[in-house]
Amino acid sequence: MAEARPLNLVRMMAGRGLAAAYAGTMNILELPMRVAQRSLGPGLAWLFVGPNLIVFSLFTFLPIVLNIWYAFSGSTNLLPSQRPWVGLDNMRALLSCQNHFDPSSCQRDLFWHGVYNTLEFVVLQVTLMVALSLITALALNKKVIGQGFFRAAFFYPVLLSPVVVALIWKWILQRNGVLNGVILSAGGTPFDWLLDARSAFSWTVFVSIWAHMGFYTLILLAGLQAIPRDVYEAAEMDAAPPWTRFRRITLPLLMPSFLVVVVLALIRAVQIFDEVFVLTGGGPGTATTYLVQFIYETGFAQQIREYGMASAASLLLAAVLMLLTLAQLRLVRRGNG
Amino acid sequence: MADATEASAVPARGMSRAAIFVAATRGRHGADWTDWASYVYLVFGTLLMFVPVAWLALSSLKTQAGLDQMPPTVLPYEPARAALPGRPGEFPLFRVTKGDHAGQELAEVRRIGLQAQMVDPAAPAAVIRVPVSDREPVMRLHAAWDNYSAVVSRFDFLLYFWNSLFITVVATVITLLFNAMAAFALSKYNFRGRGTVFALILATLMVPPTIILVPNYLIASQLGLVNSLWGVIWPGVATPTGVFLLRQYMLTIPDELLDAARMDNASEWRLFWRIMLPLSAPALAVLAIFSVMWRWNEFLWPLVVLSRSENFTLQLALNSFQGELTTSWNLLLAMTVLTLLPITLIFLVLQRHITQGIASAGVK
Repeated sequence: MAEARPLNLVRMMAGRGLAAAYAGTMNILELPMRVAQRSLGPGLAWLFVGPNLIVFSLFTFLPIVLNIWYAFSGSTNLLPSQRPWVGLDNMRALLSCQNHFDPSSCQRDLFWHGVYNTLEFVVLQVTLMVALSLITALALNKKVIGQGFFRAAFFYPVLLSPVVVALIWKWILQRNGVLNGVILSAGGTPFDWLLDARSAFSWTVFVSIWAHMGFYTLILLAGLQAIPRDVYEAAEMDAAPPWTRFRRITLPLLMPSFLVVVVLALIRAVQIFDEVFVLTGGGPGTATTYLVQFIYETGFAQQIREYGMASAASLLLAAVLMLLTLAQLRLVRRGNG
Repeated sequence: MADATEASAVPARGMSRAAIFVAATRGRHGADWTDWASYVYLVFGTLLMFVPVAWLALSSLKTQAGLDQMPPTVLPYEPARAALPGRPGEFPLFRVTKGDHAGQELAEVRRIGLQAQMVDPAAPAAVIRVPVSDREPVMRLHAAWDNYSAVVSRFDFLLYFWNSLFITVVATVITLLFNAMAAFALSKYNFRGRGTVFALILATLMVPPTIILVPNYLIASQLGLVNSLWGVIWPGVATPTGVFLLRQYMLTIPDELLDAARMDNASEWRLFWRIMLPLSAPALAVLAIFSVMWRWNEFLWPLVVLSRSENFTLQLALNSFQGELTTSWNLLLAMTVLTLLPITLIFLVLQRHITQGIASAGVK
């Protein structure tokens, strides 16, 4: 009998234990909820959405309003009532530059370094990531042997935490790392990959693609698999060459998923922080300091916490993200409709 | 299911690779070059995804001396030592490279200047003099598990692990409960303001936590949540993703089931936990996987709200150690492996569910 196996027995006992704990907890709430049902009537629905709404109000809606207040008030006080209104001072300080194309001429040069680095990062990373994800999804969609294994392999880094991802690559890229080891064995000269500005920047692009492309591959693969097979059969009847089939069938039918992937990748790339912060700390110099790191450091890591400045930068970032998210919602709606 | 022309390339699992290879040259009814390009690409990609993690795991088993070696070895080695009869302790083994004893493995008992006094472990009576330049240390495969025991005993690893585990489990349970409650009301009750509530919840998609760091910190501090694990848990328990996912699923559960239970005088709460929750198990499982992933890996918000090291999560502890422990990579690597292990195990067991769940929900 299967039940006699020790592992199954343990599983059964654990299952029963969990079920009993679940029922016990829920039963405790039975009486108050019955009272509420009697007194509230149809208003009971609000009790069900209540916990969610309270959390959203406290940690999303209220903060949006407060963020605006912070952005337009000064001093280093955290309490909003103790912060004097300074109007556009924070914004002006952030945005004033002698030459907007030269970050070092700006009053807040770190912010502008962050802006330009983020811009360059987003363009490069999103282009490469979407292209690689598409290639991977197309390769996986060919019904290769071991498709499940390959899909899982590409997806695995997505689950790793940003800190772990950064440490894996820091270990490989450091002076005595394996990359330099390989180069040394091949007769080359070792290089400090993370101490050179251009190289460090490129590696942050590479590492973030390495960590996230599996997710976009998965969405694109689902999109590819939703394309009905008879369309291809018809094309084959007409002896359409593979490139034509790709351009005329695959690409147009994949477009909805493709656009969603582009926008999602953009939204996440604009907010790049975790991996890079651990991998390079924003350096060397300011070569890999991105916008969110500027917000974090200005608001929380400096000796003097400039909440107003951090919030002003957040507000600008929020405007960009708002546009991107609206684009995403529109695309999703069009895709569903 | 997939590309029709390519389906014929791999007609049967049992077909030998040689047969596929022959078919590859036969134009558009066999496997064409794109199939081969796909395989090459996928194998290369898989290596690129796995080798860095495997390298981390292998490196974590090396001693600090082994890690400092350049160029590095693939497997963890350690200098071999041997016990000699009649002498206390163990002595390092060397292989002699030149002279009368070339090729022999001898143990060094003493070193005077550039001369080493060596002893053959098989014949320990005779002392052999060898110049230090004419020998090299004998290396032996050795997994330095002490890295792991050192991490667990010397740093408050278990405390950080517990903090991470507590946050992950408690936050996931609360997330499931809160989001399911909201989804239940939004899918099964017809109340005034329902549309507004749903729209409000979806609108929070537009407000990622990165842009409200400062005010969230204020609210956490006003509620006394700074430097508390609950400060990490509460802000994230209501998720638009979760509510949306569960609501869509609950809409497919027929109302008749609920009406039948109402006939039996069951309370609305009982309908919720006895009928709705068990029937929504597949959607709940997807959300649970998301939540575990979010919570275990969360970084920026804990970094802001937890500043005392006794409250650190594993991710924060790793981050702070990588600043302090740059000289002891062996411990840092072991700790990194221990941090990625739980998620990796979950992935190995639930791989299919995770990839399918994410593909269907399209969120992360």
